[in-house]
Amino acid sequence: MTAIVETPPLARVRGRALRKLWRNPMGVVGGALVLIVVAAGVLAPVLAPYSPTEVHFSTPFQQPGTIGFALGTDDLGRDILSRVLYGTRASLQVGALSVLVASIVGVPLGLLAGYWRWLDSLISRLAELMLAFPFLVLAVGLAAINGGGLANAAFALGIAQVPVMLRVVRAETLRLKETDFVLAAHSMHAGPWRILGQHILPNAVSVIIVQATVIMPTAVIGEALLSFLGLGIQPPAPSLGIMLSDAQQYLFRTAWPATFPGIALALICLGFNLFGDALRDALDPKTGS
Amino acid sequence: MTEPLLAVTDLKVSFGGVPAVRGADLEVLPGERVAVVGQSGSGKSTTAHAIIGLLPGSGRVTGGTIRWRGEDITHAGEKRLRHLRGREIGLVPQDPMSNLNPVSRVGRQVAETLVVHGMCGRREAPKRAIELLGQAGLPEPGRRARQFPHEFSGGMRQRALIAIGLACRPDLLIADEPTSALDVTVQRQILDQLDALTRELGTALLLVTHDLGLAAERADRVVVMSEGEVVEAGSARRVLTEPRHSYTRRLVAAAPSLSVSRSPGPSGNHRAARVGENVLEVSHVSKEYRIRGRGGLLRAVDDVSFTIGRGRTTAIVGESGSGKTTTARMVLGLVSATSGAIRLDGEEVVGLRGARLRAARKAMQPVFQDPYASLDPMWTVERLIGEPLRTFGIGDRAARRAKVAELLEQVALPALLAQRYPNELSGGQRQRVAIARALALGPRLVVCDEAVSALDVLVQDQILKLLTSLQEELGLSYLFISHDLAVVRSLAHDVLVMREGRVVEQGPVADVFASPGDPYTRQLLDSIPGATVFSGHS
Amino acid sequence: MLRYLFHRLWQSALTLVLASIVVFIGVRALPGDPATTMAGEQADPATIAAIRAQLGLDQPLPVQYLKFAGNALTGDFGRSIRTGTPVSQMIAQTLPVTVQLAVYAMIIAILAGMAGGVIAAVFRGRWPEWAANGFSLVALSVPTFWLGTLAVLYLSVQLGWFPASGYVSPFQNPLRGIYYLTLPALILGLAHAAVVQRQTRASMVETLTADFVRTARAKGLGRSAVIFRFGLRNSLIVVTTIVGLQLGGLIAGAVVTERIFSLPGIGKLTLDSVFTRDYPVIQAVVLVITTSYIVINLLVDFLYTVIDPRMRVSGRAR
Repeated sequence: MTAIVETPPLARVRGRALRKLWRNPMGVVGGALVLIVVAAGVLAPVLAPYSPTEVHFSTPFQQPGTIGFALGTDDLGRDILSRVLYGTRASLQVGALSVLVASIVGVPLGLLAGYWRWLDSLISRLAELMLAFPFLVLAVGLAAINGGGLANAAFALGIAQVPVMLRVVRAETLRLKETDFVLAAHSMHAGPWRILGQHILPNAVSVIIVQATVIMPTAVIGEALLSFLGLGIQPPAPSLGIMLSDAQQYLFRTAWPATFPGIALALICLGFNLFGDALRDALDPKTGS
Repeated sequence: MTEPLLAVTDLKVSFGGVPAVRGADLEVLPGERVAVVGQSGSGKSTTAHAIIGLLPGSGRVTGGTIRWRGEDITHAGEKRLRHLRGREIGLVPQDPMSNLNPVSRVGRQVAETLVVHGMCGRREAPKRAIELLGQAGLPEPGRRARQFPHEFSGGMRQRALIAIGLACRPDLLIADEPTSALDVTVQRQILDQLDALTRELGTALLLVTHDLGLAAERADRVVVMSEGEVVEAGSARRVLTEPRHSYTRRLVAAAPSLSVSRSPGPSGNHRAARVGENVLEVSHVSKEYRIRGRGGLLRAVDDVSFTIGRGRTTAIVGESGSGKTTTARMVLGLVSATSGAIRLDGEEVVGLRGARLRAARKAMQPVFQDPYASLDPMWTVERLIGEPLRTFGIGDRAARRAKVAELLEQVALPALLAQRYPNELSGGQRQRVAIARALALGPRLVVCDEAVSALDVLVQDQILKLLTSLQEELGLSYLFISHDLAVVRSLAHDVLVMREGRVVEQGPVADVFASPGDPYTRQLLDSIPGATVFSGHS
Repeated sequence: MLRYLFHRLWQSALTLVLASIVVFIGVRALPGDPATTMAGEQADPATIAAIRAQLGLDQPLPVQYLKFAGNALTGDFGRSIRTGTPVSQMIAQTLPVTVQLAVYAMIIAILAGMAGGVIAAVFRGRWPEWAANGFSLVALSVPTFWLGTLAVLYLSVQLGWFPASGYVSPFQNPLRGIYYLTLPALILGLAHAAVVQRQTRASMVETLTADFVRTARAKGLGRSAVIFRFGLRNSLIVVTTIVGLQLGGLIAGAVVTERIFSLPGIGKLTLDSVFTRDYPVIQAVVLVITTSYIVINLLVDFLYTVIDPRMRVSGRAR
């Protein structure tokens, strides 16, 4: 029976969120970083001066700034700039695929578990079981069965994120299910699928997007880690993780080959983390006015 | 003339540049009780918080002075304010559910106040806290002090908060809507307790409330605020009987609890009064819930029967836990009845499925309490109002659009609102949208579940008038669920009083209100704030 | 409440059984036949069959599983194909190293994270918050293993502050043991500190703007009293959850950290066994990791009931 505050008409839901995002410096920097990184990945074949696997045995260990090799070369004389660009491309591919896998599996399961009580205990048990297998264990298993590779890494990383996505969507569904507008839809004789699809899912989209921006950097780091350990993308295919793993072997000779892939990874993750944070703030009705 | 305890002069408060209070004047004499009345957004709570220097977030005092016993405390330092808070000025906050620390024992939370102000040592504090809880009317204070807030009911929590507010015997107690979250009968008990305690201690009271009736009943003087300004101040009786400012006049006219002399309910509409033409017949309906884990059964609704005639309104009144909402949901088919029969136009609806349930639902539609929650925030007004038409597959796109425009007109909303989203509308506009949506299928019965409880008095009055005129125009029947007897009196023909799942009294509104047969009904009627103020007049 | 604890215990046991079935089936799904591997490339079918019978591989799967589960319960995971030593012995040697590393890292993460979170929440909108938030963002975005590599290069090799690799048991030589583990634990704990910090900050901010905190201030309580008595207590509940959930990431992180610093932990054992397809070891290691995850989360749930009084009665928060 709390009195409701009469608010002056505000801007539209999405419009307001976007404007809040635009006014937040973190959001702008994060968004710009994401754009740059994605552009670099998408345009890698155009931007890269060499093929990422092209070796130049005559010119190994070039310093950054060398003419022809802007960021230098590695032990086999491969152009580091080209490899970083293609590695970024691979990282983003794995990240996007993981988000896709986590969403395709996690969102429907979360909706079902939140909506139907009898399914909830079953699905929650499943999620708990999945959580008990850290992504590394999953990746180890998949690598042992199928060998390494981009698709396997993405699949393992995506599956590992399913319980998190599921939990978020389930919680949102539980909340939305109890709202009066869903009750109103029931009394208009809307069926469960209509309610899930037209009321609950659209309202849950914002938490799904926010969760995706959390999964993305996690998966990017996860891919690098798997490749670093030799369980992810297999050489000679370029991956930031493989570059770091290679560079570690001759680290005492030159640190440059270890520097640039690390910076690239950090920038990708920083971009998505910043953007995700700002997005979360913008979509949260509690912050700002 | 005695020096005022508290003197607020031309106070201005802004939140990040947006003014919330634009010049408020207020005086409280020692031992006096002053009520600040206003609707939400009037700046009444902000004024109260500014006095003790606890403005939330970006709130800043931008002008004016606050004097406490002549001392200027407008911009007093944290050290001075800390001594002031709790020791000299106590606070009883609004919502008892969120104002106690959930992870700390209640007794400890009372004792904390005493220890902070050195009222007694750490050793004696727990004992004294129990005494204070007892004085605030908490039964078994010794046992209760060791419990956590979640083990308390709303009324008990508010008593604990009163004990905290009065622990150090302050000179002034600020009570910010102390009972608006509580049931009417509990509200009355709490207010009586607060009255008795402050009188006993000689504490002055600054009561912040949206309820004019309550203010008039409990305070010596009333200060009316609107849009950040004090529009009128004076003795409680004077403000109520001869309001000078037009805003106060509108407020007095709209307050349902004060409208004893207003038209005696919806009498008109004679074609409706034909006996035997019942839209809804509910007979011996019960609902049982299994209590998880204990194997027990809870009878939420116990053997309830009533009818609603065509074009008439039947109201169910009761406090929380009375089963009134469960009854409404059973009628709507959202909750299945354990036993009994519900007939809509003579057809049984309990246990209906498929096409026949569909038909039944077409004939009755709900309007819920909170217009913020009952409209999907992602949908436009047009889509919201058209939703029932779409789920029932009525008309094509153009026909639906025309129907929506017609409905908007019916609830007196401008057509250009059709493309807006709910959060772009005011509370009153939203409730009109909800009503338009309920009317889309041309129902015979509309179930209003606390449909006006969340609205400010003036808006509430408008919505009630809209409901009345729609009834006359369309011959609608209403099942009106409410905790507010005053609202029921102004709208309903028949009334059921429910308590703990049972009907304790039912009959025509005039009869029940004039000569209540059941002691509980009488208690409820006596609890309407402001009911006694005019008793001498009518 | 007891009901709730028993319910959780039962749930965890069920999850554990399911996890063991998954592990069992997973290992059976791996390519290659253990008997062939053990017998060698040129072994004749009779020898292979004999080994199969000896390993019990000729029996139906459910029987094999029961035998596997029964043996696992008594700590018998068979012998390593690679070295022939009992798997339980290998785990007993490597697990303590990983547990020490993980506990040390978690302690660092909790201390640093909570401190940062409190600072960020208390100094809202001022430079300490920006500094703390900046730290957590960078710590979350920079890959641990890259940082580890750089730390070895600069802090250990060039500055000589820390040993670059190696392990000394803290039980034999506490000071040296802790010294050897410090850099790996710092590196491993960093990302988790960032997560703890963000959660602490969020929960502190939520608590400090709650109605009951304003009421406490209206009683005359000071700002610092409110921060420590209310904010920290409530954020402890959140941090407890995080510790349980972070465990999966911590184990994954431990595998890399052990590799970078050449620590003889369970992570190294995992990698070695994967690359040599040493199935009994993989099976045992995965089972140990999942079991510890389930057990720790069970403990976290029990800890809740101690920290949060609302749990004591209902058994469920909200």
